[in-house]
Amino acid sequence: MTRPEILRYTQETGDFSRLLASIPYAETIGLTCDRFGDDLIFRLPRKAENLGNPILPAIHGGVIGGFMELSAAIYLMMSQDVLHMPRIVDFSLDYLRAGLDRETYAECRLTRQGNRVSNVQVTAWQKSRSQPIATARAHFLLEE
Amino acid sequence: MTDDIRFDRVSRFLDTLAQVKALGIEAIEARENHLILRLPYSEKIIGNPESRVIHGGAITTLMDTASGSVVICALDNFELCPTLDLRVDYMRPAEPGQPVFARAETYRVTRNIIFTRCEAYQETDGQTIANCVATFMRIGREATPKAYRDLITGGEA
Repeated sequence: MTRPEILRYTQETGDFSRLLASIPYAETIGLTCDRFGDDLIFRLPRKAENLGNPILPAIHGGVIGGFMELSAAIYLMMSQDVLHMPRIVDFSLDYLRAGLDRETYAECRLTRQGNRVSNVQVTAWQKSRSQPIATARAHFLLEE
Repeated sequence: MTDDIRFDRVSRFLDTLAQVKALGIEAIEARENHLILRLPYSEKIIGNPESRVIHGGAITTLMDTASGSVVICALDNFELCPTLDLRVDYMRPAEPGQPVFARAETYRVTRNIIFTRCEAYQETDGQTIANCVATFMRIGREATPKAYRDLITGGEA
């Protein structure tokens, strides 16, 4: 399958396995995604290689960032009728709690959709949605 | 504190971070308030299999690590400083097959907060790939377990 074919297949079926298998970085951190109706929940399983701070231990802040960035890009691709991955322009991340060595979840919201630029809000949590470990916002460029 | 001590502390610190070892990130140069890290190119951090360009997340990890570790080059007594926030602007994709470097500096250190700046670039043309500003919270030396402090400082402090 070519990239546009993989993206079309993912949009039509909601099966993310082929898309994620085509992105080495997604496999490296272990990102997966589930669709519930139109809602997407991204999942980062517990993984020893993702750790930073060995004392708590806690997930490396950069991995949490990468997980949220990739989640936002996939979310945007699924919510648009575009058959290419959007390009990230900037990313702003607030760490609210330590991301402990356990499974992490993320969900995204489209804050604004322009002709060329989109703004996406991302929330990541572990124990409860009401206690996020990090929030982020990102701008993406939708042009090829 | 000499630059050799700073370099050794940063290297020992990086050595305790599993993700940093998984990506092969290492210290190149450490001076007062200044640090350069290197991220080697590898298949596993590719974000776009067609262009073979590495994913922004790996750059974020490199810059978060550089910004968090440059704190070690600014403080005489090692203490862990958790990241409060991080802002990254992506200027251009990194050239595939080439390592990416991150040059970080602390531009203000206060009792509670440390402010950092970081730039990611490649040696091929030296153009900026990404810029990052971040803030770190100081939890204080005593809140960092002594065994871990000794591990990072090599027991010299």
